[in-house]
Amino acid sequence: MKLTGGQIVCEALLQEGVTDIFGLPGGAMLPLYGTLPQYPQINHILVRHEQGAAMAADGYARASGNVGVCWATSGPGATNLVTGLANAMMDSVPLVAITGQVARAGIGKDAFQETDVTGVTLPVTKHNYLVMHASEIAGAIKEAFYIARTGRPGPVLVDIPKDVFTEEADFVYPDSCDLPGYRPAFDPDMKDVESAAVVVNAAKRPVILAGHGVLLSQATQQLKMLAEKAQIPVITTLLGISCFPESHILSMGMPGMHGVAWASYALHEADVILSLGARFDDRVTGDISRFAPDSKKIHFDIDASEIGKTVPTNVGVVGDLKSSIEKLIPLVEQKSHAEWMRRLEGLRDEHPSLKIRNTQKLLPQQILQKISEITNSQAIIVTGVGQHQMWAAQHCTFEEPGTLITSGGLGTMGFEVPAAMGAKVARPDKVVWSIAGDGGFQMTLSELATIAENNIEVKFAIMNNNFLGMVRQWQEFFYESEYTATHYTGNPDFVKLADAYGLTGIRVDNSADVEGAIRQAMNTPGTVIIDFRVEQEENVFPMIPAGQSIYELMEEPTEIEEPA
Amino acid sequence: MTAAAHEYTIVALVQDRPGVLNRVSSMFRRRGYNIVSLAVGHSEQLGLSRMTFVVDCDDATIDQVRKQLDKLIEVIEVTDMTGLASVTRELALIKVASSPETRSEIIQLVDIFRANIVDVTIGSVIIEVTGDENKVDSLLTLLETFGIVEIMRTGRIAIPRGMPLI
Repeated sequence: MKLTGGQIVCEALLQEGVTDIFGLPGGAMLPLYGTLPQYPQINHILVRHEQGAAMAADGYARASGNVGVCWATSGPGATNLVTGLANAMMDSVPLVAITGQVARAGIGKDAFQETDVTGVTLPVTKHNYLVMHASEIAGAIKEAFYIARTGRPGPVLVDIPKDVFTEEADFVYPDSCDLPGYRPAFDPDMKDVESAAVVVNAAKRPVILAGHGVLLSQATQQLKMLAEKAQIPVITTLLGISCFPESHILSMGMPGMHGVAWASYALHEADVILSLGARFDDRVTGDISRFAPDSKKIHFDIDASEIGKTVPTNVGVVGDLKSSIEKLIPLVEQKSHAEWMRRLEGLRDEHPSLKIRNTQKLLPQQILQKISEITNSQAIIVTGVGQHQMWAAQHCTFEEPGTLITSGGLGTMGFEVPAAMGAKVARPDKVVWSIAGDGGFQMTLSELATIAENNIEVKFAIMNNNFLGMVRQWQEFFYESEYTATHYTGNPDFVKLADAYGLTGIRVDNSADVEGAIRQAMNTPGTVIIDFRVEQEENVFPMIPAGQSIYELMEEPTEIEEPA
Repeated sequence: MTAAAHEYTIVALVQDRPGVLNRVSSMFRRRGYNIVSLAVGHSEQLGLSRMTFVVDCDDATIDQVRKQLDKLIEVIEVTDMTGLASVTRELALIKVASSPETRSEIIQLVDIFRANIVDVTIGSVIIEVTGDENKVDSLLTLLETFGIVEIMRTGRIAIPRGMPLI
């Protein structure tokens, strides 16, 4: 039976099990939108800006483990997706984006709303397609989903000209993909696993550096078994947070630029670093030439190009992480590493990072600790980028896999609003808290209308310091406190703003009101926005200034007691 | 790091799809790898092309070049030909100014290099030469005295000797 290109898109999406799409129409997408009413199984969520669609799909993918789907029209619609695609690319998030393109005859002629979308998105997607015939749509979508979710996940874009949506073709959904150059999932080479085991077994001061890969390959149980058997402390990168329960005795927390001091020192003093699905990001390593100089590095990754990319590696193990760790566990010896454990305890005592100073002032650290406590670490915490993000990573306690959703590699301010929305759509059973900065929140707050329209329940906690806080902190430390262009003096009244969208707003000025406000938000149905008017010039500690070595970190000021 | 730079020859078997050259060259540009030459042509298999890259970099970088190329969906196979027993060639077309007085001298040089003259006009000749870069460069040096008008070089192509190892 012949179907139109638009129908083929929808049929293909159903074949992939898609239930929710974030999108916004436009000229080139009209034929596709025209067929959408024939597919009531597909829930289309109308966003207010295409950036929101891409980031909502990102949050959706991270919360569900499925491929997130967004779509947009040609030209500006498609270019508005780009930041979200780049974000998903950096953080290995499976996404499929479909974009309308101008009709075939207009391509290359600078037609109205024409942009070379496959050209623009080439470096920020894992792969992309321009589909020139309706008969090729099914194959392209099949491949897009397959590429997005397998191997190292990532975003894939499918660009479809307007007249291809109306062209008719037979719909046959292929059973498999013909991609001779793509070998996504495989078991590691046992020789490499054996080499890794030899190095691990000889280690006196080993640490595990666990990254996003542990969550992506669902290897959290395997990680726990490995760490417990060989008694190796587990350090988690920002995106690795929640892959290992933080209440576990072997949990060492996050290292790096704003990580806890003992985790950074442990990395520095280790004789073996066993990196599992992490990529030695510069925020973790600091100055790469002085990073953990006395250690051997073992690097497990699904992506061969990560091995040796930034740090010279002694043993590289390429393959699916879950299967790789499963193969490693029987080869590692049971150990206690008692001396090393004592040293690490000592590091914790010598560097009491994360103490919150005793003050009446409203500190973001207290708020985040309180949210974590009141939600019993069961909520999905979504953050934007900056100080509030680092405080969330430091002061919330993460126990369950997938409970932190944050923009890591790209550092995308504004992620917190649409990503929280997407996370809630994916996981209506979970409480979703969006930890926002007043800067980032204003970048994407247009999605509050989407949230209101679709009754999506998100609890927003804005750490409102009237500053681009992290940039201000750098200005304070490195630019003689010259606060150029970081002070927000014209912020809206977020409580009135909530009201304008028909949502609930709460303002908190005093630390005494924090707990009450959080409980009120939890007990109020629907979306609630809490405007926490926090201490304006609070800094995130510890801090390793960019380009410095991780043993040169700045700890909290020693004076942590402050008179009321 | 002060690892020595070196010229590496990399051959990639790729799917012959629109945009594949763009994907490959975009990856090189984005990651800052220095391409000395790039040659593309059809392979023995329908729908597949071979690209030969000459890359100027150090050992650690060439390892990345290989892996980043292999990561591209449309790249099927990547071979580092550097140090392998292989035949490498380049073709150059060289237009040289000539006059009745210099023409016979140019022809002598062309013969010595086993090159060919493929076009003659009153004021110029076009020479076709095939070989490795050293041979082409040597001929170019000798021809400079006559006045080189234009040079067109294909860049290196490479093929391993013998049957593939299974």
